[in-house]
Amino acid sequence: MNKIVYNIFLALILILSQGLFFNNINLLGSINPFIYIFFIAYFPLKNNRSLFIFLAFLVGLIIDIFSDTHAIHAAATLTIAFLRPYFMKLYFGIAYEHQVIKFNSIELKQNLFYLLSIILIHHLILFSLEIFDIYKILLVIKNAFSTSIFTFITIYILFELIIKRTK
Amino acid sequence: MQRIIYFLTRNKDFILFISLLSICLSINLNYNEYNKSKLLNSSNSFFSSMYNTKLTISKYFNLEYQNRLLTEENRKLRYQIYNSVDSLKYKSELEKISYDVTSASVIKNSYSYSNNFITIDVGKKDSIEVDNGVISSKGVVGIIDKTSLNYSRIISILNTNFLLNAKLKKSGYFGVLSWDGTNINRVQLKDIPKQANVVIGDTIVTGGNSLIFPKGILIGYVDSFKLDNSENYLELEINLATDMANIENLYVLNNNNIKEINSLDE
Repeated sequence: MNKIVYNIFLALILILSQGLFFNNINLLGSINPFIYIFFIAYFPLKNNRSLFIFLAFLVGLIIDIFSDTHAIHAAATLTIAFLRPYFMKLYFGIAYEHQVIKFNSIELKQNLFYLLSIILIHHLILFSLEIFDIYKILLVIKNAFSTSIFTFITIYILFELIIKRTK
Repeated sequence: MQRIIYFLTRNKDFILFISLLSICLSINLNYNEYNKSKLLNSSNSFFSSMYNTKLTISKYFNLEYQNRLLTEENRKLRYQIYNSVDSLKYKSELEKISYDVTSASVIKNSYSYSNNFITIDVGKKDSIEVDNGVISSKGVVGIIDKTSLNYSRIISILNTNFLLNAKLKKSGYFGVLSWDGTNINRVQLKDIPKQANVVIGDTIVTGGNSLIFPKGILIGYVDSFKLDNSENYLELEINLATDMANIENLYVLNNNNIKEINSLDE
């Protein structure tokens, strides 16, 4: 019960800070980190998958309302939520399948790769839906990579602050 | 049924994902005009190219009908040309003749003999009469020789018995047009006075003395000329304007006043 309240609280904080603060950073003109991915990446492992996918959709939709985009965040977030178990299997292997893994005790290297791939997938979907032009695929890739770096740094700092400290 | 339910429960996450994703995309396409137009445009070009392919194939099946429409329209236009009030203004009383124009298709055409005939698909039923003139879109073709109820035979201009009054368009000197039976692109115009100033390339038109054709229908162009045996008249070689080997749609000209005019001669 305590954990559910904690996660709802975390989600609200992330959404609010994304909508009210991180959407307005505009580093180098237009780069904004999407820190709400933190919620998807480090959602508790023992979960109901359907519920998790639905929650991701909701979070994305609220972010969309905040940033006046038309369901592109929802689509991207939904996709990484759906794909998360496969990435888990890929990077954490047997430890994930036997459900003995905990986020505050995973190895740095595995964690980085896992986070990076989730962020990249999310950003590629996001920007291709936003730009929506096959002839501007280079712009999509450029935007996705530059934003990914910034998002990655921000989320990793959050990871150190929130998850490592609760160890 | 049980299997379907089993399948659904086993893949419920995937189904949920796909349905939510399609909700996202539909929202995106519905509210984002740019994306919508982009998607619709690309599909439009795809569909239009498909339609184009379909049209290139299917239009061949419609050609016959379209041809008929065009011939019919041409017939009307020709009728207007030969019966227009303006063109009658400067003509003499005798030439105030109105012509009925009937469009016809060639059924049989010969040009390899010395006496050639053409058969067309209109006859007495279409008020075609013997001695009606026949032209193509380019020029004179022949004269109706025999008619049945539904068909008619034309004496082709490529017939050694065919004679026609023709004149030089420029100077107005006229002579008799006939064919010597050698070249299907050449006819001969005889009895042109020596003083006619003939130049190669001059236009030869119908003379208007015959009542069969209206005045001034194109026949051909002067290819060469020489003095005939009496050395008083020129003999002209005419290149036919109509390709007699390739005729399909013809127009039959019926002179409405021919009986009245002929009765004067009796």
